[in-house]
This record gives sequence, C-alpha cells and structure tokens, in this order.
Amino acid sequence: MPTATIAGIELEVDEEGFILEPEKWTPEIGEEISKEVGCWPMTEEHWKVVHALRDYYKDYGMVPPLRQISKVTGFEMKRLYELFPYGPGKGPAKIGGLTKPAGCV
Amino acid sequence: MVDKTEMLDELEKGPWPSFVSQIKEQAEKNPISRDLLRQLEQSYKDKKLYWRHGGVVGVWGYGSGMIGRYSARPDLFPGVAEFHTVRLNNPSGWFYNTKSLRQMCDIWEKYGSGLLYMHGMTGDILLLGTTTENLQPCFDELSSEASFDLGGSGPGIRTISCCVGPARCEWACYDTLDVTYDLTMTFQSEMHRPSLPHKFKIKCSGCPNDCVGAILRSDLPIIGTWRDTIQIDQEAVSEYINGGFDIVSYVINRCPTQCMRLTEKELGINDRECSRCMHCINVLPKALRPGKERGATILIGGKTQLVEGTIISSVLIPFIKLTPPYQEIKDLVNKIWDFWGEYARGRERVGEFIQRIGLGDFLEGMGIEPNPYMVAHPRENPHIKFEEYYREGD
Ligand code: SF4
Ligand code: SF4
Repeated sequence: MPTATIAGIELEVDEEGFILEPEKWTPEIGEEISKEVGCWPMTEEHWKVVHALRDYYKDYGMVPPLRQISKVTGFEMKRLYELFPYGPGKGPAKIGGLTKPAGCV
Repeated sequence: MVDKTEMLDELEKGPWPSFVSQIKEQAEKNPISRDLLRQLEQSYKDKKLYWRHGGVVGVWGYGSGMIGRYSARPDLFPGVAEFHTVRLNNPSGWFYNTKSLRQMCDIWEKYGSGLLYMHGMTGDILLLGTTTENLQPCFDELSSEASFDLGGSGPGIRTISCCVGPARCEWACYDTLDVTYDLTMTFQSEMHRPSLPHKFKIKCSGCPNDCVGAILRSDLPIIGTWRDTIQIDQEAVSEYINGGFDIVSYVINRCPTQCMRLTEKELGINDRECSRCMHCINVLPKALRPGKERGATILIGGKTQLVEGTIISSVLIPFIKLTPPYQEIKDLVNKIWDFWGEYARGRERVGEFIQRIGLGDFLEGMGIEPNPYMVAHPRENPHIKFEEYYREGD
C-alpha cells in the first residue's frame, strides 16, 4: 500500500488517498486533505459534517448513506454538495480519515 | 506503432464491423487508445481482466456522471493508468443535430481516448477513457460549448430515456419525448446529487411494444396504453384478406388471450380480455390501431440481476392520463423516494425492497389502493407468493 505524508505525519493510504490508519488521524490532517477535495478552508459547517460522519462510523463501522448524512447534520442535499463539491460522502470521509464509502457505479 | 495483437486480430475477421478495428484506428493517433489495445490483448492472452474500479472521480458540484476506471498494471500500460468514463445525458429519443455531435467528438478527441459508445443501458452517451486531470476541463467544454450535461450515476435517479414516440411512431399513446424532458428537468438536481439507497431508473415507452425495454430495465417504467377499444378499419381488414393474407393463422390464433374472432370477413375483438400485447396491431398496421383514450400504465420494480435475481416490473398504476406538467408522476416519484429512502437497506433496489416488505405494505406506504389489475395475471407477478397447503395425511 502507498504511504503519504500529510501534515507531517506518515500514513498508509489507499490508491485514492483514503487514510487506512484512522487511529493516526488528527484535525490538521483533515485540514490538509480538505484542499484536495475542494473544501479548504474548512468552516464550522464542514467540520459539523465530518464529525457527524466520524461519530456514525464509530457506532456502525461505516460511512452513513447520503440521506442519513442529510438527516444527522440537518443540511439539505443541495447545501451538502455545495460544502463538499466532490460529494458529501466521499469528501468528508476522506477528510475525516474514514474508509471510502461503498457506492454503486 | 501498435504492438502485435494476434488475439484481437481474430475479432476483425468476418463480415461484421469490429470494435477492434475502431480502437486500432484511434490508436494510430491517440496514446490512450494505443495502450487500451495493448492491455486488451494481454487480457485475452492471460484470460484475465486488468481493470480496477474506483469511486472518487468527479467534477465540481456533481456527485454523478463520472465513473472511475484504472488499469491494474499502470506500469505496463501507462496510457490507461486512468481510464475514466464520462456519462452524458441523452436528449429525448436520441435526436441530435450533426453540429452538436461534431462538437462533442472534437472535445472528446482533445481530452480523451476518442472512443465512445452510444448509448449505454441507461441511455447515456458513454465517453470511454480519460484521465482524472482532464475530467474537469473536458466537462467544462462539453457543457459550455456543446451544451451537453452529465448523466446520472451512483445511488440516485439515472438518466431518463424514452423511445422515439410520437416523433416517428404512429403507435405512441403519449408524448414520451416531452415526459422524458420534463422529468429530466424536474429531477436534475437529484440526478446530479445522488442520495437514494441505490440507483433508480425511469424509462418511457410509447406503447406496449416497449422499444426501450422499460419493463425489465427500469425501476419505474412508464408504458403507453389505451383504456377503450382497439380501433378497427373493417375495410382495411377485408383488403388484407382479399390480398391473400391469412389473418386466422397469423393474427387470431396468435392472440395470447384468444379474444379475437373473424365472422363473415368482419374482425371482432373482445377488448375486455385484450391484454394490450400489440401483436395484432403490429401485424395489421393498416387495419388496427390503439384506442382513442390513451395514456400510460406505470409499473414498478424492474431490474437486472445483482444482489438478487432479475425482476420484471409489475403494475403500480393501471392507467393514467399524461398531460403536462405530469404532476401525478412527480408526486409519485417523490413518494417512492421518501418511503424507499427511509426504509430500504443499503444498496437495495426498489424492486428488492418490495419483495422484502411485500407489495401490500408498499402500496400502503404509497397510499395506493390495491387493484385487481396489479395481479390480473398472478403468475406473472413476482411479488405474489403462492404457498402450497397440505392437509394432514396428504
Ligand atoms: S414503444 Fe411503441 S410507440 Fe415507442 S417506438 Fe416502439 S412501437 Fe413506437
Ligand atoms: S393486442 Fe394482443 S391481446 Fe389484444 S387483441 Fe391484439 S393480439 Fe389479442
């Protein structure tokens, strides 16, 4: 597996840059990744979504389905896509150091 | 120069057009196509696929329309290290003018492999093979200069497609082109920002001939039909008979519900029993046509196999008049999304969802009264489960 140095920390990542060592994750890493997925600088709204995904992940071991993201954060789908222009599942999951959400083609 | 492609060359033999020849032609000038050819040859030699799927490619503000594809051996085939697909939304009925096609092709030769596929299962134009870096500029040009927009992908409503309908076909029972365009515009945001449990396809066929295969290939087929009687021109019937056409063998005996009869050169149809299969109308186009009171049947749940097996759609709304702005259909779609979106398991198509919870509960969730037309032919309805009962001692 490839590694990447993000915010000064060396991490194992998958080929699309999703962090495979979640225990090493820090908010600084998230901030750094946010540049890649078009969300930099991170605002409070961005963090609200990222933390909601991390909490859900802790409980269920997966990134929540998109409708669920809208529900747990209270943001409308349209707003979510504005906040995370490359997708409100993939974007915050990558920033939050979670595995890539499963989706269909 | 392209390497030797002994295996692929086999696919150029014979009188048929060959995709290999097409890729070779592109390979002469395009490095992506060149490596595509080399990787494909290797696949045939090793009997092994060298593609990997990838999810995170896209363009600004869209959650759909781009499908990530990577080579499993970028060291050997650097040209196809990234080979993403771009889905473009098709116009209703697949009508294009030559100018827009030329523009699209020029842009695609500039940014991609130059190879494309018309049309995919869902109805989109598929532009095959480009790099992550090129996706955004390619899309920007396609949308600003050639007026194309992205199609659907991922867990959301997909590109809607339809048959040519009234534009070219006399059997069309409603304006498939307009319904498709209208629904596409209405659900644009949902198409580009997927948020459903799984994909959701709508296809519009103008009559039961179902030229877009809606009944099998969409979650919500809208199929034209009529609720009065088949129009018969008895004079034209006589002409067929006098011309030596064997109506009894080719039409009457082949009516699946056996609801036709011929008396003293007059053709009669018991329309109550007619299942609108279109056979007689297709065979006697001069004498028969669909009735005058036209509309559509809305079905639900079709899909091909994936997690569960193939499901053929079943009737949800037996008859509906279709007039702009098609509000009933839009309300229905939203209701389905709310209910299925709330209670579906992850990656469960609406047909699978109905199989799990039962058609009865689904109808209740939709607020639709059960109707005998939904089960007029019980054995054709996959949502009805027949259980055999044995008495003790049997
Ligand atoms: S589905 Fe019916 S209306 Fe549409 S093109 Fe085919 S025959 Fe014509
Ligand atoms: S449409 Fe089909 S079922 Fe109806 S009368 Fe013609 S052949 Fe028979």
